[in-house]
Amino acid sequence: MDSEDDFMSGMSSEDDVLQDESDNDDASNDDFNFDEPEPDDLGYSQKDEVKKEKKSFDVTYKVHHPQDIQRQQDDLIDEVNMILDIKKEEAAILLRHFRWNKERLIEDYMDRPKKVLESAGLGPSTSGPPKLEIIDGFACDICCEDEPGLESFAMKCGHRYCINCYNQYLAQKIKEEGEAARIQCPQDGCKRIIDAKSLDLLVTADLQTRYRELLTRTYVEDKEILKWCPAPDCQNAIECGIKKKDLDKVVPTVVCDCKHRFCFGCILAEHQPAPCDLVKRWLKKCADDSETANWIHANTKECPRCNSTIEKNGGCNHMTCRKCKHEFCWMCMGLWSEHGTSWYNCNRFEEKSGAEARDAQAKSRVSLERYLHYYNRYANHEQSAKLDKDIYQKTEKKMIQLQSASGMSWIEVQYLNSASQALQTCRQTLKWTYAFAFYLARNNLTVMFEDNQKDLEMAVEALSEMFEKPVQDLADPKLKVEIMDKTSYCNKRRVILLADTADNLANGEWEFGSDATA
Amino acid sequence: MANSQRRITKELAEVTSDPPAGVTVSLANESNVHEWNIMMDGPPGTPYAGGKFKLLLVLPTDYPFKAPTLNFKTKIWHPNVTFDEKGSMCLGMLKGDVWKPSSKIMSILTAAQQLLVEPNPDDAVEASIAQKFKEDKAGFIKEAQEYTKKYAN
Ligand SMILES: [Zn+2]
Ligand SMILES: [Zn+2]
Ligand SMILES: [Zn+2]
Ligand SMILES: [Zn+2]
Ligand SMILES: [Zn+2]
Ligand SMILES: [Zn+2]
Repeated sequence: MDSEDDFMSGMSSEDDVLQDESDNDDASNDDFNFDEPEPDDLGYSQKDEVKKEKKSFDVTYKVHHPQDIQRQQDDLIDEVNMILDIKKEEAAILLRHFRWNKERLIEDYMDRPKKVLESAGLGPSTSGPPKLEIIDGFACDICCEDEPGLESFAMKCGHRYCINCYNQYLAQKIKEEGEAARIQCPQDGCKRIIDAKSLDLLVTADLQTRYRELLTRTYVEDKEILKWCPAPDCQNAIECGIKKKDLDKVVPTVVCDCKHRFCFGCILAEHQPAPCDLVKRWLKKCADDSETANWIHANTKECPRCNSTIEKNGGCNHMTCRKCKHEFCWMCMGLWSEHGTSWYNCNRFEEKSGAEARDAQAKSRVSLERYLHYYNRYANHEQSAKLDKDIYQKTEKKMIQLQSASGMSWIEVQYLNSASQALQTCRQTLKWTYAFAFYLARNNLTVMFEDNQKDLEMAVEALSEMFEKPVQDLADPKLKVEIMDKTSYCNKRRVILLADTADNLANGEWEFGSDATA
Repeated sequence: MANSQRRITKELAEVTSDPPAGVTVSLANESNVHEWNIMMDGPPGTPYAGGKFKLLLVLPTDYPFKAPTLNFKTKIWHPNVTFDEKGSMCLGMLKGDVWKPSSKIMSILTAAQQLLVEPNPDDAVEASIAQKFKEDKAGFIKEAQEYTKKYAN
């Protein structure tokens, strides 16, 4: 479906990732719009790709690798170096001062070059490359050394200090304070910014490297449209045009080339369909209520019939007591047999009657119960997603066994891989549907939302149950077809739920209850 | 660090031989050049006039690359000094991004004196004192004078 909102047009196909994680270039097509012009070549070849189906909850974004980020900076520096006829290291300082807004820099510089240089910490210039000097009668004002032959350095401001002091000063700024773009001359009150060429004269190679890393960091942090991928050890940055002010209308999930899926708005792991603000609220609430949360989080429960302790060992909610064979639902502890056809008892919290709510004490009990209802389901999907992941790792071994048992090829057993991915993604979505539903006011739209939620939840639980079957069962071709069907059904239900929610969010249709503003 | 010793000795000599008016400086302990006792007269024309304030200046091991810390040992009722045993003060030039290795202790002392002359209520550490300073100047002066009499004699 098409959206009028322009931040939603020109979609990347986020959902394709579910089918094929490898063709991630689709997620970075070139027709995104920036608020500021960018160099034409951003490190990706312009591909005439066939546009896949657009989803209204997809946002357009692009993944930048470290070398792209470096090249973008170098290109801008080269450009300013040519247009304004100033040294590259000075162009770099000016660009950083203008937060990489090249147009504004050039415009301002053309108007009042002296003032621009001054405010960027470049001051009046004399020519000549930076160099270390030995000056007769020099005494360093920092360490008070005056021995003959002492090497010293001064930037163009003329404030001269010995190399040892410079070295120690810069080391402290870079290593301890993590500063790079805005390191000033060591002179009290002098605002001159140290440039990269001077720095190279004064510090060791490892500090030069660290300095450049920090500069790149500032480049990304200075631009609203760029954010670092938060995955540990990932050096990529994501570019996305979604602004802070858009975040009540869109939930911008992006997928880095390292496969990490996160929200461009708040950098947390993906949380569609819940908007960033509600996510923040929800997480804070969960943290505040952590004692209750801990209690619920406990990974063991007692069988409702025989009271023996049962540990949840897979993502599925269908529990069978080892001792008495009682079958029940992990979430509501109700009979499983009642769930087969009427699962819905388990996803929706029935609001308590008005009479009961009138009593203040009952009211607070109801509000806690209401919270626990949603929290319980939220935490359950979080837990299940983790368990499903473990199970997949175990299943990978089984996939190899399955190959020899059934004669299927590695490609032919990949359906288990797809199923596992679908379970992960759908549970992540389901988890946040409960946080989202907690904040919704009760109306028809909410009922429709919960119907979608219920459909997805049933599909996911069914898939999860098939997925946990022993290897010998999996060899059955009929089960393979069922799993493949269920996988694609889960993905479809997820897309429907997310698309509906995103449309209503973009159009401001959702009505939130008192918890969303409290 | 050896070069830090040389710099400190030089500054100590300068400040003891030619201190700002109303200030005397001595080492807290002769064997340690990193801790300085400062005695500061309340500047004339301020509610602190007539008081004698003791301050402790501590120079970190990597001085002058890191800023010293300055605390009031005598209790002082002032928007920019915590009204407790610590007597921590908020002095702009001692902040990490303002301090430069070439900044001098002499200017710290004059800045501290200047802060007594001209409190900076917008950068206060004691909000209630700052409010009084802004909204009831006469009341502020009176109270500061009383505390000066009480603690700084
Ligand atoms: Zn030196
Ligand atoms: Zn300078
Ligand atoms: Zn990444
Ligand atoms: Zn977010
Ligand atoms: Zn049992
Ligand atoms: Zn249930």
